[in-house]
Amino acid sequence: MSYVVEMKKITKVFPGIIANDDIDFHLKKGEIHVLLGENGAGKTTLMNILYGLYQPTSGEICINGEVVNIKDPNMAIQHGIGMVHQHFMLIKPFTVAENIILGNEPVTHKGIQLDMKKAIQNVERISKEFGLKVDATAKIQDLSVGIQQRVEILKALYRGADILILDEPTAVLTPQEIDELGIIIRKLADEGKSIILITHKLKEVMAMSDRVTVIRRGKMINSLDTKTTNTDDLAEMMVGRKVKMEVDKQNKESGEVIFSVKGLKVKDNRGLDAVKGVDFDVRAGEVLSIAGVDGNGQTELIEAITGLREIVSGQVHLDGIDIKNFTTREIMKSGVSHIPEDRHKRGLVLENSLAENMILGYHHQMPFSKNGIINYEKVHEHAKILIKEFDVRTPDENVKAGSLSGGNQQKAIIAREMYKNPRLLIAAQPTRGLDVGSIEFVHKKIIESRDNNQAVLLVSLELDEVMNLADRIAVIYDGKIMDTIDAKDASEKQLGILMAGGDRKVSANMNSKGMSHDEK
Amino acid sequence: MRSDIKRVAVQLWLTLRFPLVSIVAGLLVGAILILIAGKSPIIAYTALFQGSFGGVDKIGETLFKMTPILLTGLSFSIAFRTGLFNIGGEGQFLAGAITAIITGWFFQDLPHLILILIMLISAIIAGGAWASIAGILKAKMGIHEVITTIMLNYTALYLVNYIVRAVMNPQILMGTKAEAHTVSLPDVARLTKLKDVFEIFGRSSVHTGIFIAIGCALFMYFILFKTTVGYELRAGGLSPDAAEYGGIKKSKNIIMAMGISGGLAGLAGAVNVMGITYYVAQSSTTPGYGFDGIAVGLVGGLHPIGNIASSFLFGILSNGARRMQLEGIPKEVIAIIQGVIIVFIASQYIIKIVYKKKKEKEIKREKLRAEQGNEGEVQ
Repeated sequence: MSYVVEMKKITKVFPGIIANDDIDFHLKKGEIHVLLGENGAGKTTLMNILYGLYQPTSGEICINGEVVNIKDPNMAIQHGIGMVHQHFMLIKPFTVAENIILGNEPVTHKGIQLDMKKAIQNVERISKEFGLKVDATAKIQDLSVGIQQRVEILKALYRGADILILDEPTAVLTPQEIDELGIIIRKLADEGKSIILITHKLKEVMAMSDRVTVIRRGKMINSLDTKTTNTDDLAEMMVGRKVKMEVDKQNKESGEVIFSVKGLKVKDNRGLDAVKGVDFDVRAGEVLSIAGVDGNGQTELIEAITGLREIVSGQVHLDGIDIKNFTTREIMKSGVSHIPEDRHKRGLVLENSLAENMILGYHHQMPFSKNGIINYEKVHEHAKILIKEFDVRTPDENVKAGSLSGGNQQKAIIAREMYKNPRLLIAAQPTRGLDVGSIEFVHKKIIESRDNNQAVLLVSLELDEVMNLADRIAVIYDGKIMDTIDAKDASEKQLGILMAGGDRKVSANMNSKGMSHDEK
Repeated sequence: MRSDIKRVAVQLWLTLRFPLVSIVAGLLVGAILILIAGKSPIIAYTALFQGSFGGVDKIGETLFKMTPILLTGLSFSIAFRTGLFNIGGEGQFLAGAITAIITGWFFQDLPHLILILIMLISAIIAGGAWASIAGILKAKMGIHEVITTIMLNYTALYLVNYIVRAVMNPQILMGTKAEAHTVSLPDVARLTKLKDVFEIFGRSSVHTGIFIAIGCALFMYFILFKTTVGYELRAGGLSPDAAEYGGIKKSKNIIMAMGISGGLAGLAGAVNVMGITYYVAQSSTTPGYGFDGIAVGLVGGLHPIGNIASSFLFGILSNGARRMQLEGIPKEVIAIIQGVIIVFIASQYIIKIVYKKKKEKEIKREKLRAEQGNEGEVQ
């Protein structure tokens, strides 16, 4: 069997640490190969070596059987290696075609003028060739994230990539877009392209790949055919211990209504209606989950009920008190905790110390401050307690919050928000971008909150998470709640149809007939 | 307490390491220029430091030079830390200066200390109010503070010129002939010169304003790092969205930060007028202390204590320049050294990128180490 890429005994030593320890990695032609590992396991380092961003300390790389020395990304591209980064490198006001040809522009016969017509033709040609539908003249800023990713892939293909590295390609995608991506890369593989996916999501490994190589703490653990394994085994290889994928959740009678929203209307940043009359209740001791595809008003809904966005009309009650006109501070004070969807932007002041972040939102309250003077002794004490209780992995409480790993940042936020012992816990996409170990922890904590008789409002794009944690599921589509169903009675298909805006009766029917949602 | 001191020291080192590199670079470039001019850099810099340190009176003069720019440096730093680029220090400085003249003149029958206090406070309020115009415009209507503060500089300049001619002119208040400046502050409204108390200060102009300025630096350190106000200002500057999430009102933060910043610049104006000039003169340009404050603030790493160091450095440079001139070295060399330092500071992100790369590696290393340390451990 010949390999297109052979990385042999790759070791990469950073001062004081071995990031890659004697790793062998082989990629066959036309296969989809997942590089699986937790954050910080060394998978990105390995791919950066292949892409020429790092030089290995020892070991060699063969491309199509020839030993090569890849000194920089330009050489990688010459060897037919293309990389799609997690954060897209696109120029937003430019069109698709302009972005794709950037750095390799076709010119007119006079050789000075950009031949835009030819550029568009070229783009359309490769777009057709690989079945990646895009509008070459559309501007990037008008495209959805999924399409933008397609443009990134096209960019690599345009440069003649035969080996595509996709770094965490699904992190930014909705469930539908993930499915589409799966179809696209399968097609590319069928065309003879070889694809490496970097990920830590097990479901995708099973759904998308032919083979999988697991890396843990810089070492290669195993390399095997996807068919011969399952998520539980992969999780164990990845984390190094048994991981529970399902959450332990006892049946529980929910109590009185704690939080209720009626006829809520909210506008988005552009002044368009984003939430168009939403009603729901959350009871004590239950998890109500708002499921839906990203961009259907979830962000605006959460911001409105936490006082971060103006409410156009409607009612919001907490414990029977109207909190519609409360400020964020007043809402927090009345017993609402909020795990925000964007921990970097909202949840933490990254440049501030962990200790200072641990009091964000109640820094003005006793015992942390008195008469406007902060008692930093108490603040540090408090941070130490939270770090211990919520197992935040950090050297100490003085490090900048931004220097922690994503999982530990999220733990810090959850610690801060849950320690308040809130009446209502709002968790917006609490596990976005986290690894298996951290997801397990977050899920445990959310259920703990519910079992402590708090009301929990969970907003998530991950259907698995919703099905796992929720007692009731409200599906949001285009700013409206399509239906609210008991989690016990919900099926993935039925939710999928509702999430796509399908009629609730039809969805129920379809569900009973067992039709797949592709046929809607 | 000891750990507190240690933390401040570490903080200072972290914020000052770029400025220190820049200062060394500035002096090196200066040395090259002096060489090109055919002089000895050693003689030049010896003169520079003798001019600034060669005796208590020389040090006194250095302290005198640093007084107003320490205050305007603090003014700039506080705003910048809150995410606001206040380049209206000039206008706020003028607002404070003219207000001190007005209150000092009209309340001159009050006892010295009370009068001084009233003058300082009124100047703080005037500078703060002047800056708050920009603050409110930014908070309520989203108008960028760079635009408004720049324009308010000119508004202040011409308004002050008008007051100089038509309100506070000796011709109007004392019936003497018209002057291109306001009435002079009476003795009771002036800050004490240190040389009047301690002979050792010789002929230097240093006045009690230096204590006010250093006091302000310490006070601002306290405000920024020990109070909820400072916590909110810093959070708002570093991450407006996270601050909002934490129940901190953006608009309140902006107005408050501009108010404090303007107050400090206004105080600088008052201290300058009460300590040395005693009157405000009609002028076609703004005084420049506000702009110097930007350099002082940046070189001082936007840290209140760092500002003391950086304003002292600028004091040394501008004071030592005269002595250097006596050695036949053009004083413009000093301006160039200052310029180079500022350029280096402004481009410190180049150094920062290097540090950041290094740090990223460190973080990666730490992460891996943590993971390895936890091997086999069950949560």
